[in-house]
Amino acid sequence: MQHVSDELSIRIGGEAGMGLESSGVGFSQALVRGGLHVFGLPDYHSRIRGGHNFFTVRIAHRPLYSHTEPVHLLLALDPETVRRHIGALVPGGAVVYDEKDGLPDTPRRADVQYFSVPLSRLAEEAGGNAIMRNTLVFAVAAGLIGFDPAYIERVARDNFARKGPAVVDANLRVIAAGVEAARPFQADFPFRMEAVPGAPRRLLLNGNQAFAMGALAGGCRFVSGYPMTPGSPVLEWMAAHAAEYGVVTVQVEDEIAALCLAIGAGYAGVRAMAPTSGGGFSLMVEALGLAGMTEVPVVVYEAQRPGPSTGLATRTEQGDLLFVLHASQGEFPRIILAPGTVEQAFEAGWRAFNLAERYQTPVIVLSDHYLATSVRDVAPEDLNFDAVVIDRGEWLTEAELDNLEGEYKRHRFTESGISPRAIPGHPKAVYASSSDEHDEYGHIEENAENRRRMHEKRMRKLETARAGMRPPSLYGLEDGDLTFIAWGSTYGPLREAVDRLNGQGVRARMLHFTDIWPVPEGVEGLLTGETVAVEGNYSGQFADLLRMATGHTVSGRILKWDGRPISPEYITHHASRFTLHVSRFTHPVKSET
Amino acid sequence: MVTVDDFASPVRPTWCTGCGNFAIWNAVKRALAQAGLAPHQVMLVSGIGCGSKLPDYTRANGYMTLHGRTVPVATGVRLANHGLRVVCTHGDGDAYAEGLGHMLHAARRNIGLVDIVQDNRIYGLTKGQYSPTSDRGRVSKTSPWGSFELPVNPIALALAAGATFVARSWSGDLQHLVETIVRALGHRGYALIDVFQPCVTFNRQNSYDYYRPRVYKLQDDPAYDVTDKMAAFAKALEWGDRIPIGVFYQVEDRPAYEEQVPALKAGPLAPRPLEKLRPDQVRRLLEEVM
Repeated sequence: MQHVSDELSIRIGGEAGMGLESSGVGFSQALVRGGLHVFGLPDYHSRIRGGHNFFTVRIAHRPLYSHTEPVHLLLALDPETVRRHIGALVPGGAVVYDEKDGLPDTPRRADVQYFSVPLSRLAEEAGGNAIMRNTLVFAVAAGLIGFDPAYIERVARDNFARKGPAVVDANLRVIAAGVEAARPFQADFPFRMEAVPGAPRRLLLNGNQAFAMGALAGGCRFVSGYPMTPGSPVLEWMAAHAAEYGVVTVQVEDEIAALCLAIGAGYAGVRAMAPTSGGGFSLMVEALGLAGMTEVPVVVYEAQRPGPSTGLATRTEQGDLLFVLHASQGEFPRIILAPGTVEQAFEAGWRAFNLAERYQTPVIVLSDHYLATSVRDVAPEDLNFDAVVIDRGEWLTEAELDNLEGEYKRHRFTESGISPRAIPGHPKAVYASSSDEHDEYGHIEENAENRRRMHEKRMRKLETARAGMRPPSLYGLEDGDLTFIAWGSTYGPLREAVDRLNGQGVRARMLHFTDIWPVPEGVEGLLTGETVAVEGNYSGQFADLLRMATGHTVSGRILKWDGRPISPEYITHHASRFTLHVSRFTHPVKSET
Repeated sequence: MVTVDDFASPVRPTWCTGCGNFAIWNAVKRALAQAGLAPHQVMLVSGIGCGSKLPDYTRANGYMTLHGRTVPVATGVRLANHGLRVVCTHGDGDAYAEGLGHMLHAARRNIGLVDIVQDNRIYGLTKGQYSPTSDRGRVSKTSPWGSFELPVNPIALALAAGATFVARSWSGDLQHLVETIVRALGHRGYALIDVFQPCVTFNRQNSYDYYRPRVYKLQDDPAYDVTDKMAAFAKALEWGDRIPIGVFYQVEDRPAYEEQVPALKAGPLAPRPLEKLRPDQVRRLLEEVM
């Protein structure tokens, strides 16, 4: 029996090198053009060939903020995919496998269907290359769910246009073959997800792309980095747009150089950033202090992955929060933002540079693999370019410098702690700043009174900045009894979990923080009743930070550190404890993948 | 007209009497004046160490950064504003120990920096440990048995890394120092000047009297061809009783890094006004993800 589904998830699995993610994103693009909402989640190993990778696209007629665990249709490009993921299929779900591969000799599930399709042979016949079965199998999927393949054809035309008409035609033949191959099974597959013709066009992008776009819109004109998953796509994106938008991008010898170059550029007056992950950030630690000491605006984009050390190179964690908060010797003001969605990543992109220049100090944007790599559809206006503001802070103009009386004081003592900035190059504002403690002019100075005043001046900027930090957003029941606390990328899964819990009458709400440090004013008043921190790390670092900053001790923590993203199911499963009693810690259930 | 006095800073040097840094300091100021560069048109970038205090003693744009990170910070400054002549002044520990990798990559990139290394072959500010250019067998506080390590050869390393200007000078010959820096200021790409800088307090071996009879000028030989890399390598390996100074190698046929960056074709980045993206630009960006 067929029914129109509220939502469904399709998972494609296979080895690295089979083109799962590119075809998965292409299929997602087609779905979005077809008026559907998607959330696409890649899962891959740190290798170029072999291993087991998969890409899951969740599809619905309503906006999605998260992946979810049940799978309705499994597209298996190898037997390993069936072995690993058959358990994730919902009753009535189906697996499409390649006839030539057959099925693994694992027990068959009676409540799911097994569709044998000669994927390799059809791809070879229609497209001339068996590798094209990644495209073919998605066409099979479209056929099964009743999604108009014309949308897939259009994406193939657009995406392969630069490879020439022969490649486009081969893909179109492969798509047609896939749709045809689905026909015999169509009646047996119960889940339908048809296109919504004429729906307004939407965007499909991941957090890295959104952040990079926001940074460019916010005037970032200098990017230096060293390749490291999952931060380097930001450098790649900027390099791809560098010539057109006047951005200098440099791939340097290491992350030490990456941040030092960005600091040099920031000192010279250009909005600069260094994208990286935790390992690269470790190398940037000393330079971070240089920016703090010499009051240089600079942005570090830190897309976290599980550590310590190399950890899980292609997986996700929120384990670097307290590290970036405390990184580098001594005390200096820094600002930490942690966007949780594509929209917030875009906004953090331009805001980070305003904050860096306004407070003349480093800004760290904490992302993670989940946010950086998962794709979601948003409306074009959700990337709000109109709201972008370029605020360079206290900045002496050419005319003000022309009329400057006396010697320019780069580090002038002020009440706010912010010393009006002059960019090197004006004859009246010639100065040298130093990583040594310095006087108002920048000259090295060890005098105790100067040290006290200069250190206070710098640290005052943190208090000045605090007033500009945004309070957490509230989602769910405003007067909910159970308050979940989240930061960064747990936004989506938790938002959905809160909806589900409220549907069960739990009376839950979410407080989500994008502005992490300095902790926004007035947070204490929001932390009432039973509070549960939901974080992708072992210890609940943000809960500890809140206790440090506000004195509030959360009632409980739902944590996860297996490198896989937190799902709505994971949260609701563990939340059941807090609806009954308060537990200090919960531990993750064994992941099935 | 720019004069040496334009670079006079109110801060007095804290170097020891007789320190080789005085000559380097004077030479930098004279060379900048000779090249017609005013204090606001240059940026002196240094690291940490005795020599790295030079920007504090000089009225010019400057930035005293981290030990070993002089060159990457200077690279950022240069790429952000290639309207500024960027000059690095840092010691041998800074340049050849913590910063050696950066130096080789800067040479390979041919970024437009004048990299003056105040090479006293000892750690001065931390009071007398052996440095990467100390001779093998050097007895110091951290090598009481005599160092086991060969000194680095900055000239040969820079040549091997593809530097387009490689020179050596020394504090005992101010005129030669000035000439060498002026020549480097006129070079389009990366220019290394290794400067023997006697440390009168912690390095009694490599003194003025040690260098004076040994150094000879490459440019005194009219047949020496600065564009001949193999000849430069041969001279780079000459060491002992006779030590060559001057320009070992200089070629102008390779563009500087910044000359090749598409975004910099329109001129230096820093002075350009920052504006919001135009609607057509926004539209193009959004179409990429539709």
